[in-house]
Amino acid sequence: MLDDLFGKVKSRVKIAPEGEPAGKVSVPQDMMFKCPRCQKVEFMENFQVGGKVCPHCNYHARLTAKERLECTVDGASFIPYDENMRSKNPIGFPGYLEKISSLEEETGLADGVVTGECTIEGQRCVIGVMDSHFMMASMGSVAGEKITRAFERATEKRLPVVFFTASGGARMQEGIISLMQMAKTSGAVGRHSDAGLLYITVLTDPTTGGVAASFAALGDITIAEPKVLIGFAGRRVIESTIKQRLPDDFQSAEFFLQHGFVDMLVERKAMRKTLGRLLRFHNTEEVRV
Amino acid sequence: MSGVAQGGKAAPSTAWERIELVRNKLRPTARDYIPMLFDHFTELHGDRLFGDDPAIICGIGRFNRMPVTVIAQVKGRNLEENKQSNFAMAHPEGYRKALRAMKQAEKFHRPVICLVDTPGAYCGVGAEERGQHEAVARNQMEMMRLKTPIVTIVLGEGGSGGALALAVCDQLAMLQNATYSVISPRGFASILWKDAGREKEAANMVRITAEDLMEFGVCDAIIPEPMGGAHKNPQLTAEAISSYLRKTFANILLKPIDKLTETRYIKFRKIGAFEE
Repeated sequence: MLDDLFGKVKSRVKIAPEGEPAGKVSVPQDMMFKCPRCQKVEFMENFQVGGKVCPHCNYHARLTAKERLECTVDGASFIPYDENMRSKNPIGFPGYLEKISSLEEETGLADGVVTGECTIEGQRCVIGVMDSHFMMASMGSVAGEKITRAFERATEKRLPVVFFTASGGARMQEGIISLMQMAKTSGAVGRHSDAGLLYITVLTDPTTGGVAASFAALGDITIAEPKVLIGFAGRRVIESTIKQRLPDDFQSAEFFLQHGFVDMLVERKAMRKTLGRLLRFHNTEEVRV
Repeated sequence: MSGVAQGGKAAPSTAWERIELVRNKLRPTARDYIPMLFDHFTELHGDRLFGDDPAIICGIGRFNRMPVTVIAQVKGRNLEENKQSNFAMAHPEGYRKALRAMKQAEKFHRPVICLVDTPGAYCGVGAEERGQHEAVARNQMEMMRLKTPIVTIVLGEGGSGGALALAVCDQLAMLQNATYSVISPRGFASILWKDAGREKEAANMVRITAEDLMEFGVCDAIIPEPMGGAHKNPQLTAEAISSYLRKTFANILLKPIDKLTETRYIKFRKIGAFEE
């Protein structure tokens, strides 16, 4: 009988509902925010009031494109470009268009990138915002075309570009076509730059893969929001290559600031003012006055 | 110029068979082709910023007596060679060395020939610290506006961004069995079915062969390989590459450079599948 005490436990009594690890208290999803960086839990209300910033570690959480525009552009100044562009299925990926349709319904967006014209602190510019809630804002034909057109229009109209990037990378479901969007957008940035125009990129959570490795890396000024993830390769890919666990701050905004790939970290609450100041520095009309 | 393969008379093999072929240890690498294609090849080392990456070799040589800049990803054919060249997976300094060589070519009005053969850009700690994303991005932007002709040939594996960083060009050719893809079949299988083991199936789905890429307007020409693959007769393969380069240069060297960069931009500009 005493031997039983030292025997292997073959089964355990489940004390948590099916599918949840034992010992975890279940709370309604929309009541609490659990920070993916510091793992601390906060009331959703406190998190929302601070502009979706973790009050414990200052992680700047993901915004929808609508939220981003609301906290960035002047009043009703935003005029969208190319709202009705829709994806095709170039390599015949199973279920791709169905997936897009269901995301369209869920998010009200036709793709993960919104572009258009607006003013920020009175400064006219072309703006782009990526929304990670739409298939991780991966870049396929629609994103590539919209981004390219945004830069081309900015070049034509001689306007600066402000781009809030967020993406899992190239959209694998479109095969090689998605890889070509990297070259296409980078080329358009080059032409905008050759015209002597300003491009500010704001790296938000997460900016990775083929987007990090194309137009997102090519700004004249590169801003990042605190604690966001930036990187070329996925963390797990690197860990499996080097067979070691990576430090927690690896590929953070702070990491890239330290290594010289980011000009500055800007908190969300200071973003609009900072962008306004940078745009004004480069506004040749104001300089002449 | 005809983009159709004239050589291989065997029935077209599947994407997976081609992957096995291009990963074959016997397949000739850039190191084999360079002496067969160029005279007096002279290697130039280092990116002037951090170091010298042996995954990419750069240098000057003569093609048909014309000085050209050669940039090549080099796979090893044994473990020793691969340890040296990191399996042709370049670090940022490799891409920055390549860019330095391209800028030099622009200054001296030399055409650039890029030979692509890589599983992808290296994924590691140092690569991230030194900005792999920035190096890959900058090459695309600079190549798009480089004021000298660029011809890229995919010899074996064209692995994603690591290949693209040498493949923004006026003309892109692929050896008959070469592949060029946004993701490895293994990665594709794990996204599609959450099962990396189904890579063979994925390879045949993701459209990575030279014929597929001709259809998408990514590849401009297919260079024939001898029956059974390039390794059966490297000399013959080199002659086919050489003949392709002669024809291509005869065409693009006549174009004014502004026209050429405009055509290059449009070549990439029009790739996309959408409706509005």
